[in-house]
Amino acid sequence: MAKHETPLIDQLESGPWPSFVSDLKLEAASRAKNENGIDYQIPVDVCDDLLGVLELSYKHGRTHWKHGGIVGVFGYGGGVIGRYCDQPEMFPGVAHFHTMRVNQPSGKYYTTKFLNDLMNIWELRGSGMTNMHGATGDIVLLGTTTPQLEEIFFDLTHKMNTDLGGSGSNLRTPSCCLGTSRCEYACYDTQELCHSMTQEYQDELHRPAFPYKFKFKFDGCPNCCVAAIARSDLSFVGTWRDDIRIDQEAVKAYVGGELKPNAGAHAGRNWGPFDIQKEVIGLCPTGCMRYEGGKLEINTPECTRCMHCINVMPRALRVGLDKGVTILCGAKAPIVDGAQIGTLLVPFMKIEEPYDEVHALIEKVWDYWMEEGKNRERVGELIKRNGMQKMLEKCDLKALPQHVQEPRSNPYIFWKEEEVPGGFQRDVNEFRKYHQR
Amino acid sequence: MGLTIDEQTAKDTIVETLKKKKGKSKFYLKDYYKMLPDEKMRDVKKIVNQMVREEVLEYWSSGSTTMIGLKGVGKQATTEEGE
Repeated sequence: MAKHETPLIDQLESGPWPSFVSDLKLEAASRAKNENGIDYQIPVDVCDDLLGVLELSYKHGRTHWKHGGIVGVFGYGGGVIGRYCDQPEMFPGVAHFHTMRVNQPSGKYYTTKFLNDLMNIWELRGSGMTNMHGATGDIVLLGTTTPQLEEIFFDLTHKMNTDLGGSGSNLRTPSCCLGTSRCEYACYDTQELCHSMTQEYQDELHRPAFPYKFKFKFDGCPNCCVAAIARSDLSFVGTWRDDIRIDQEAVKAYVGGELKPNAGAHAGRNWGPFDIQKEVIGLCPTGCMRYEGGKLEINTPECTRCMHCINVMPRALRVGLDKGVTILCGAKAPIVDGAQIGTLLVPFMKIEEPYDEVHALIEKVWDYWMEEGKNRERVGELIKRNGMQKMLEKCDLKALPQHVQEPRSNPYIFWKEEEVPGGFQRDVNEFRKYHQR
Repeated sequence: MGLTIDEQTAKDTIVETLKKKKGKSKFYLKDYYKMLPDEKMRDVKKIVNQMVREEVLEYWSSGSTTMIGLKGVGKQATTEEGE
């Protein structure tokens, strides 16, 4: 028998998708039964009360959560987000319901032991509920009380060799795609770079120093599996400078139907025979490909690395060999308003240990933003306010053709007087010698 | 530490300034830069974080933004942004 009647949220279970309401009920029943004899350190009925407070919010059409507070672990300014229920008498199980963010492993590789150990800690000291994973990539542990925070932190760091993630005005937990560990498209070792940056910038991750949040994301190729270009203040997207490698025999095999396009992904219905002209050449955004006389050609200088042809014919086309990253800045994806996609900062950078070039750029961006950024202003908003040219100057970068979308549009790069021979002043008489009035 | 003034003087300045503030009890890091205008921001950040470790100051976080105030001053456990 449920602790609270929840007719409104029960309806959510009737949809065709997996329901978090069902999950909560399962966990509530499991805690009530306690088959493993766990010595629960927070109220046993936390999940029941969570269902209750959610039902009440549905009824009232307003939230009953208060967020924020001074909760945290000693010396860290992030990783814990205080949450309190504003109806603690009615729902004592969730009176304190703090969130903890835990740094996920690069590429989100887990062993069963790691997950078991994590859940053993969390069932004992928390609600048992998780969000795998939060939008930034962290393991999110949902709901515990203040006295448990230090205990959980100790176990995570000492027994599981992991750490809290970022929250507040910090560097947020860096995240990356699988990279070279599984994916032939990856142009650099995303996991290695992500891990290295996480270690290098521990202070920024745990001790707030910024005007607002700051996110790194590392994508191995322009397919952008962690959506770096859309969600991170500084995006590292793998790319290559030379030609796409073409296996002409494999191209013919795709055309002839021996190989399935998109690695057989769109097999749900019969789309008819593969048409290279319609499905690849015709969809190339820059029109830089042609297929004539059984030979595929790509005009590399015109290619924007959109990945479409490679995704459709992965056995025939492979990314080039001169690999590195493109770095973009200023993306953000807030819920309320103002999503913004990243703006190109560095068209190409080689990724080589010890990553001095990457560090130098990151620190220049931070120095500029920490100095000029307003409170609660993201890097992308600072760029909009002060201009891209200022951003380039502060990063010691020269304006490049790649910074401009097309000639005579978005002309945000202007000449300065000292850059023009003779300056902006001229001798009119000298000018008139060559030009009639 | 690259402070141009004595570390203790810097800490005292911060504490004194905070004690004088009326109304608000939690402040953005940028407000601390203004308390020591002649110092580099990175040095102020370091000293503020050190004062948190020494339990003179404390962090307050909404989840997205972090503010810093004197430990134990202002609303404690169940405050929220804007309250």
